Amino acid sequence: MTPNTAPSCAADGPAEAGGSRPATVVEFDGVGLTYPGPPPVAALRPCSLTVREGEYVAVVGPSGSGKSTFLNIVGLLDRPTEGTYVLDGADTTALPEAELTALRGSLIGFVFQAFHLIPHRTALENVALAMLYSAVPARERVQRARTALEQVGLAHRADSLPSRMSGGERQRAAIARAIVGRPRLLLCDELTGNLDSATAASVLDLLDDLHASGMTLVVITHDPVVAARAARTITIRDGVLSEAVTAGTPTEARRLPEVLG
Amino acid sequence: MRGMRGRAGRGGRRSRLRAGDLVREALAGLLQRPGRSALTALGTVLGVGTFVAILGLTATASSQIDARFNALSATEVTVEDTGGDDADHITNSFPADAPARVGRLHGVEHAGVYWIASPEAASGSPGAGTVTSSPVGDLAAGEDVQVVAATPGVLQAAGPGLAQGRIYDAYHQRNAADVAVIGAGLAERLGILTLETRPAVFIGGRPFTVIGIVDDVDRKEELLLSVTVPSSTAMAHWGGPVRGERARMLISTRLGAATQVARNAATALDPAHPERFKVIPPPDPQMLRGGVSGDLDQLFLLLAGICLVIGTVGIANTTLVAVLERTGEIGLRRALGARARHITAQFLTESAALGLLGGLVGTSIGTLVVVGVAVLRDWTAVIHPLTVVAAPVIGLATGLLAGIHPAWKASRIPPVEALRR
Repeated sequence: MTPNTAPSCAADGPAEAGGSRPATVVEFDGVGLTYPGPPPVAALRPCSLTVREGEYVAVVGPSGSGKSTFLNIVGLLDRPTEGTYVLDGADTTALPEAELTALRGSLIGFVFQAFHLIPHRTALENVALAMLYSAVPARERVQRARTALEQVGLAHRADSLPSRMSGGERQRAAIARAIVGRPRLLLCDELTGNLDSATAASVLDLLDDLHASGMTLVVITHDPVVAARAARTITIRDGVLSEAVTAGTPTEARRLPEVLG
Repeated sequence: MRGMRGRAGRGGRRSRLRAGDLVREALAGLLQRPGRSALTALGTVLGVGTFVAILGLTATASSQIDARFNALSATEVTVEDTGGDDADHITNSFPADAPARVGRLHGVEHAGVYWIASPEAASGSPGAGTVTSSPVGDLAAGEDVQVVAATPGVLQAAGPGLAQGRIYDAYHQRNAADVAVIGAGLAERLGILTLETRPAVFIGGRPFTVIGIVDDVDRKEELLLSVTVPSSTAMAHWGGPVRGERARMLISTRLGAATQVARNAATALDPAHPERFKVIPPPDPQMLRGGVSGDLDQLFLLLAGICLVIGTVGIANTTLVAVLERTGEIGLRRALGARARHITAQFLTESAALGLLGGLVGTSIGTLVVVGVAVLRDWTAVIHPLTVVAAPVIGLATGLLAGIHPAWKASRIPPVEALRR
């Protein structure tokens, strides 16, 4: 939209206490992604953005606006073609693929619209899967998966197959899988897209709980109801990232992302 | 506080997948669709099954040929008197103490020299060889049967089953006693029904006391149709073997000793002229076995190979379909920290496990087929242990081979693509 011309300022983030500022989780510095032509397509125009520990950020925009590209870059599923992306203090730009994968597995929890639960595997097994590639011993995996399921209120469905679970239960299981590895960032992609409004509300309540417990959240959505829950809202349109101060937190000074056009 | 250093340390780490977890994941992947997995493995089952069945049936059949080579033939050695270069003027190369000489060889149980006696040639008058049990009456015409001159060792080596009486021994041999042992069939034709009456047979008019009637022998069946007399007796009455009817030696050995005995017999008989004897050892079991593998087996093995190829293609195809179906799962795993090689490893392990499973089932079925055929034909089922070990390995190799392409494909799916729904 209207490009915010204000340079990216440092002071930001909720629950800032005293002099110690929460650590930076996501830091975009001129990050952009252009698919080589002809003609070259700018899926995400270079932008700068900082997400601090404990923040709850909604990324909104119509479909085809570049939301997915943004998600893929933040989630380390895709590399930007320009700029620098520092995740939890580690510069990901130059990292080899193997380390990028490890970083993705250990620092980011994904929640997808389509749940992506493996069929024919119980909820517990699906949650435990998240720790498979970090060589956590099987016994500990199951233990932690149980705890995570309890955390999302799904302990009683631990041994159910996804096909026997409701949409809300599936998404809760998916959230349990995303948080079981204690990630630094929970990345949610249209997580209520397949849910009715009542179920969606309860899932969003769960996100609020997680946020309250200190989890850093980035929620990508086209649904204003979902976005309204977040303290910050970032809008993407035609690959251009912009941030407007939302009514939800009027007293807080918002850091505006720098858009370099 | 999360320091920069700590976080950098975390970034330097790489994802790991434990081998146990890999196998568990692969098996879980297979068990997701048990029906499809079974169908996929069918080709391998058939290929490996055919492989085992053919090798097993071949081994079983050749072991039946081996069975003809039994304990009796394996312990029998025959020595023929060829006479060597001196055949024209030496009618009998066997020394007088030939049975004793050979008897000293290790492993020999019984040995004896025998030849076809020729009373006619000796006496020069036709009819001298006619055998009758009575000089007068209906039976006086007699039977024109073979008279065998044999040392007692021949009878012992032949393993006779006596209907009545006994066989002659060293005593009769030493004294050139006029005794005879006759076959049961011949005894019946001669009208000799019992030895209670001390019957005699007349060979060319000369009486011989019948001391035994043989109704069965282990070897040298011709004794059943002959009159057998001590060789010393025959020697005294009719002389040694005549030209054209040279003497032979029959040796029975302990099991396993025959080859060794055969090697030494000629030298033991006459160290100066071992070339005068032709020793016939029992057939070599190794050679019998070697002669069995025919063109047919190779054809069937080719068929088994074709089955395996079809099985490989089947696994490859189904795994490829599964990869496409499970694109979402692949994307999810990548998002959870799986590296491309972890995806490759998982699909390879799945197809290898499928191949191994198919191989194991195929081995079992092949074995059952072999046992079934053996039972029907009243054979002893024989499967070489190497076959049983190799067959599942072949299945495993098939699965691995089949998995290479799909696994590679799976690892090439970019996670972004995989998660797009």
